[in-house]
Amino acid sequence: MTLNDTDLLSQAGSIENILRFDDIEPVLESNDLSVAYGGQTAVSGVSLQVPKNSVVSLIGPSGCGKSTLLRCFNRMNDLIPSASVKGTVNFDGQNIYGPEVDATEIRFRIGMVFQRPNPFPKSIYENVAFGPRINGMTDDLDELVETSLRRAAVWDEVKDRLNDSGLSVSGGQQQRICIARALAVNPEIVLMDEPASALDPISTQAIEQLIKELSSEVTIVIVTHNMQQATRISDYAAVMMAGEERVGRLIEYGTNQQVFGNPKDKRTEAYVTGRIG
Amino acid sequence: MNEQQNSILSKGRQEFDRELGRLEAELILMSGLVEKAIFDALQALKNRDIDRSQKVINEDDHIDQTELEIERYCIELIRRQSPVAGDLRRIVASLQIAGELERIGDYAEGIAKISITMGGQPPLKELIDIPRMGDMAVSMLKRSLEAFISRDAEFVRTITVELESEDDEVDDLYTKVQGDLMELVKSDPDNAERATYLMWVAHNVERVADRAMNISERALFQATGELVSGTTMIDTNVD
Repeated sequence: MTLNDTDLLSQAGSIENILRFDDIEPVLESNDLSVAYGGQTAVSGVSLQVPKNSVVSLIGPSGCGKSTLLRCFNRMNDLIPSASVKGTVNFDGQNIYGPEVDATEIRFRIGMVFQRPNPFPKSIYENVAFGPRINGMTDDLDELVETSLRRAAVWDEVKDRLNDSGLSVSGGQQQRICIARALAVNPEIVLMDEPASALDPISTQAIEQLIKELSSEVTIVIVTHNMQQATRISDYAAVMMAGEERVGRLIEYGTNQQVFGNPKDKRTEAYVTGRIG
Repeated sequence: MNEQQNSILSKGRQEFDRELGRLEAELILMSGLVEKAIFDALQALKNRDIDRSQKVINEDDHIDQTELEIERYCIELIRRQSPVAGDLRRIVASLQIAGELERIGDYAEGIAKISITMGGQPPLKELIDIPRMGDMAVSMLKRSLEAFISRDAEFVRTITVELESEDDEVDDLYTKVQGDLMELVKSDPDNAERATYLMWVAHNVERVADRAMNISERALFQATGELVSGTTMIDTNVD
């Protein structure tokens, strides 16, 4: 396969290459999901099931729509005026794009961590307490902050400086504080958009370890460009690709073992082995 | 991704492809050494050529070194390239095949040592079935390597099925050789020592065929991701 096989790149994966779960209820499920920005389709026809308490990686070349898809899962695209979404995303028995659904509540229940750590210019404590305060959870805030920082594996490093600015610690610590901030409102799903790409190897290792530990209680969907990271941390991997027309499509979805060991789609093989990028 | 990035990526990938090509070339070279070792060991036995047997023994160090070099190279590629999918299967299969070839080299050395131990004594019986076993085993070895190099799933499956059948034939010949030698021992217990020599030679040749079979199974793993051992098939896509 070469970079010029654009016809092939613009085709969605065949149904048998997209994993479906017949015996369990997925915690999150998109059906024929498409996203457009100002009339230009960015992602088309993605049907993807995310099992509860699993880590699902979204992988694919730059510009294939991974982050766009991720942002659909908690209605972050609503914040982009030109964005329009078609299809459904079912979470907890309802389509999160339904007219009666409160997008802010969805974003509490489906949290998000971004590529660059983005703590608020407030104390570490206030960063973590921010979400609970907005939700009216004012009792036992101290305990909630500590528990959240512990779950994010950063408590021991910041417990003596909770009143320092969230911006005063290292990048790796900032990112774990952002994860603690997301966890503080007890989300069922955390979406992560390249959460370790701006971090050094040790901080990256800490985040990866944290993701693995969190997955016993929270479902994680993560966009990553780091193939080895996806191999290390994910239970399932979804591969997206876009042709020349720049419309991202899901071409393969399977277990970690399948996608990185023996992919069914030759485009996946070409991508994970670095023949196309 | 812009053209410059694509170009850099593509050069990196081209370099990795060259490295995988070099790994394959090393394996083909090692396979050639091993085939020659088996052929020479059996010829030396048949012709009672002690010098040639000694050369086979000496040459085994070269085979062992080649295996170590391939092993080191595979480890280096895994460390540096972090391979996945077909690349990972190719390197893992190469590592295992190098191990199989090294053991076949040991069987050739074993036959050469027996030949030297026999000294001036002629073989107990005319060597007909053992060379036939040897020809079949070497042919199996060549074809298992061809299957590996092809990376063509259908071709590998065809070869693997053929080799299974030939391995059964080699086993049958081995059983026949054992029976014939036991009869000779029964008829004259003084034949026991010389019968044992040939029994070991036949055993070594039979093992060469088994190892060739293992190589074709590794070729199948490389081409399809299926892990098979004898008749047991494991689908690697199942958690």
